[in-house]
Amino acid sequence: MSESKPLGGKIFTRAFAVAFLFALIGGWFLIQRFAQGLGAVSNMSDGFPWGLWITYDVVIGTALGCGGFAMAILVYILNKGEYHPLVRSALLTSVFGYSLAAFSVFIDIGRYWNFHHVLLPQYWNFSSVLLEVALCIALYVAVLWIEFSPAFLEKGGGPQASKGVNRIMFIFIAFGVLLPTMHQSSLGTLMVISGYKLSPLWQTPFLPLLFLISAVAMGFALTVFESFVSSLAFGRPLETKMIGKLAGVIPGLLIAFLVVRWGDLAFRGAFGAAFGGGWPMIMFWVENILFILPVVMLLPRPNREKAGTLCLAAFWMVMAGAVYRFNVFLVGFSPAPGWSYFPAAPEIFVTLGIVSVEVMGYLIFVRALPVLPEPERA
Amino acid sequence: MKCGECREVDVGTTSRAGNLSRRDFIKICSAAAVYMGLPAAMGAKIAQAATARRLPVIWVSGQECTGCTESLLRTDHPDFAHLILDLISLEYSETLNAGAGEQAEAALQASVKAGGYVMVAEGSFPLKDGGIYCKVGGRTIVDIAAEVASSAAAVIGIGSCASWGGMPSATAVDMGGKSPTGAVGIAEALESKGVKTPVVNIPGCPPNGYNFLSTVLYFVTFGKLPEVDDKARPKFAYGRLIHENCERRPHFDAGRFAEQFGDDGHRQGYCLYKLGCKGPETFNNCSTLTYNDVGASAWPVGMGAPCFGCSEADVGFTAPLHSPARPIYVTPPALFTGVDGGPKGKATTGGALVGGAVIGAVVGAGIVTAKKTGKKAEEES
Amino acid sequence: MSINRRDFLKLTAASGILLASDVKPGQAATGKEMPPQAVGFLYDATLCIGCKSCMYNCKKYNTMPGGALYTEDGRNMNEWNGPEQIWDAPRDLTAKTLNIIKAYAEEGEQSFIKRHCMHCVDPGCVSACPVSAMQKDGKTGIVTYDADKCIGCRYCQVACPFNVPKFEWEEAFPQLRKCELCRHRLAEGDIPACCEFCPTGASIFGPVEELRKEAEMRLRLRTGSEYEYPVGTVDGAFKLPKKVDQYVNHIHGLEEVGGCQYLMLASVPFDKLGMPTLPKKSYASTSEGIQHVLYNKMIAPIVVFGVLAGAAFRSTKSERGERDE
Repeated sequence: MSESKPLGGKIFTRAFAVAFLFALIGGWFLIQRFAQGLGAVSNMSDGFPWGLWITYDVVIGTALGCGGFAMAILVYILNKGEYHPLVRSALLTSVFGYSLAAFSVFIDIGRYWNFHHVLLPQYWNFSSVLLEVALCIALYVAVLWIEFSPAFLEKGGGPQASKGVNRIMFIFIAFGVLLPTMHQSSLGTLMVISGYKLSPLWQTPFLPLLFLISAVAMGFALTVFESFVSSLAFGRPLETKMIGKLAGVIPGLLIAFLVVRWGDLAFRGAFGAAFGGGWPMIMFWVENILFILPVVMLLPRPNREKAGTLCLAAFWMVMAGAVYRFNVFLVGFSPAPGWSYFPAAPEIFVTLGIVSVEVMGYLIFVRALPVLPEPERA
Repeated sequence: MKCGECREVDVGTTSRAGNLSRRDFIKICSAAAVYMGLPAAMGAKIAQAATARRLPVIWVSGQECTGCTESLLRTDHPDFAHLILDLISLEYSETLNAGAGEQAEAALQASVKAGGYVMVAEGSFPLKDGGIYCKVGGRTIVDIAAEVASSAAAVIGIGSCASWGGMPSATAVDMGGKSPTGAVGIAEALESKGVKTPVVNIPGCPPNGYNFLSTVLYFVTFGKLPEVDDKARPKFAYGRLIHENCERRPHFDAGRFAEQFGDDGHRQGYCLYKLGCKGPETFNNCSTLTYNDVGASAWPVGMGAPCFGCSEADVGFTAPLHSPARPIYVTPPALFTGVDGGPKGKATTGGALVGGAVIGAVVGAGIVTAKKTGKKAEEES
Repeated sequence: MSINRRDFLKLTAASGILLASDVKPGQAATGKEMPPQAVGFLYDATLCIGCKSCMYNCKKYNTMPGGALYTEDGRNMNEWNGPEQIWDAPRDLTAKTLNIIKAYAEEGEQSFIKRHCMHCVDPGCVSACPVSAMQKDGKTGIVTYDADKCIGCRYCQVACPFNVPKFEWEEAFPQLRKCELCRHRLAEGDIPACCEFCPTGASIFGPVEELRKEAEMRLRLRTGSEYEYPVGTVDGAFKLPKKVDQYVNHIHGLEEVGGCQYLMLASVPFDKLGMPTLPKKSYASTSEGIQHVLYNKMIAPIVVFGVLAGAAFRSTKSERGERDE
């Protein structure tokens, strides 16, 4: 594991301070939420029982945290060792993405003091998609920390310290691929039961497949984007060569996604709603343009060698996946006439606070632990 | 009388039961105008018309209990004496006739011959067996009514009996489900004799005297009968269900019912629907007009007795007293929610602002990062 | 750069085994059967006079101990119990209103509609609840809620095709609220409050089998003929005669999402009364179908795990080898 090393340097930078401020604001609203109930800070209602917190913090947050999952597929399952240097930083985003998603679930559920029921077999309902999602996410958070544990061990005892863990790591790697496969698809299955309440533009039995493919694509895209951001932020040389090769996976995944997506829409004859007007129509086209953009940008090979194009394409890809998830969980959701939802300011600040904690954690970890790869020798 | 000078002296042929000042008289007429839904200023016109010519009225009584007359006796503005002495000229009434026997019958004949009168029918008219169940002076009442009506300007049926047959027309099991005397209302009785004089009905058992008075004054003033519904009832009085303006309606809308007489809900003035109140299927203005000028709640429902639908054919005297009404239509009160419940859920300006800012910031940051990355790549190469 | 297509295919093969079979998930789902002794409601909108007696008494009897609205502080009660309480005129079902009468009046048509839990034969909420807080009673078929189990995730609200379960958004220690068919009253031999106090027989209680027969029979009645409508219970001795209205030839709840234990009759089409148009197959069975195909006895995940572990073992060989040797 000599390819990664701590970045070092001061932890309390200006970026860190801004993140800390947002975390404090979010924390203040969280106090309100626990003192006065969910209605006091959020715009969620009986029509929209799931709002920003489930949609962004959990559904999108974990998809953004699929970097570790995507890289594990590539490096360990498809045995592409050349990408190994990217694994650990991808894992770190996953660790924070998933841990905070679990925390978000805790603040979102109304009866949080019963949270442990999800883990106790006597309560389990095996028909529930949410049970599977919850169990997989809980397990995966543990697996992610184990997968990431060598970084801690190496920090304390040098490269040899993680020897013991590495010996059985393949089991956790296998879990680390199986569990996201299960729950990222099931996050899509979650909305199947909502039936007519979800617009026909999105409601399909293919939701699990579409969620899985887009989650993997988002994982790769975020790994790409994050690599560039950390290069900029920490003044490190760009990893364009390796990243460019990695980004080559994305168009294939997206084409597969779009074939299933549009094929399904055509098969079900649901295209009519794409011209039906209103926010669902607008967001449907925004989503699809965002999915097509990275394909167009990344398909020509020369583009994959241009760092700027790569970065932008990866960004659009991440946005596409996020918009798709927003559409499925909020925009396309209409429980009955008359209901509307847009997150309240305090609700958004809580989410911003959680993202800020994520940023702060990332900043601390990359400086203190061997996460980022040693600079490429170009 | 304080105002002797300005007294409207309209000396009748008989002695006066009391004196009525012009001001009081116009007040009465204005009140009558208001009952009919006419502008109060119309009171002056009514007063003028009523003073100019006292309308001759012939009261024909069939199978009746005199309850309608009794009810009229209890009116206060005007009292009955003023009605029959100042406002109308009562030519013949079996209950109130000064004379009797042939003398009275002769007066009737004279009045009929003079014409230009209004006939008031009280009580029902038996048609069975040639109408032999009710006779006056050896003639069947149906014949008398037909004769009087044929020369009348209009016919006013007062009370439920005159309106459709009322209590005497109630069916009896041992009579094979038919009325023992074949009693019908005045309109049907006249029709059977081929008389086509227009009929207006003032049903009720008894009807509110003011509904009758207002109808008479309307006729005196405008020379025609007021607008009526399909059962020939004046719309000003019978246009709405009792239920619609009932003082207990809020309890109905809130689902609070008296379950039995004297229970907690009954004492608290809850809705009497479950005790068999027929307000939801009875058209009348009892709930707004009330009776006998003694103040609020002076009507059956106000007293805690369910309406029994006296003024509604097929309800009063027909439907069991305590069986629930079969509402004709239910006007949704304002507090009902529509099927979709209107706009629900929350979306706040603050959220939209912050949300917009965050989306803008994220997209902006993405594009800026890409630009910076491109620049850095150029620098590196 | 050969990873693009070939490896993508491999990747789909590996992780997609799970999903390859979800093309027609419904076929694996089995239709749920209603318990033979299931009880329910029949609501006949042509009899409803909009008096809201059911709403009032629903609240009155469910705020008593054992009821679905019961709280120790009595905040859900009808009666005025403190200066904070405002006049309650709900626009929809809420966590304080388990039963609501809504009105429709347009184009000369008018009808009321009574909304509360439909007690589906295959309930979405029961299928969705991760911790078994929502249960379908094996004998009566009542869909019950157990706050002690509930974690407040609100997936039942997402899953319910009728938007019935309601959440206490303004409470620091909230729970879900829904009609539980007055099971506390049934336990004492009473019938649900909304049926007991309905003055016209618009809401009647009884075994679902009998209610279905009654509803079907009413649809066969000649419009304008007189029928003795039972009041309270379907086999109740007290009956009220009424002229039969023109019914819409549809029993709502007979086949909707696999059937409901709450049946409705009306003279106005149900979509105008705000009832969703629903398929015969429940969304829950579609969702469970996908889950059961993918996770049947956990065979597929275990197989996939084996394949993944093998691949990972092979890929990490060099690392382990380096250090072992």
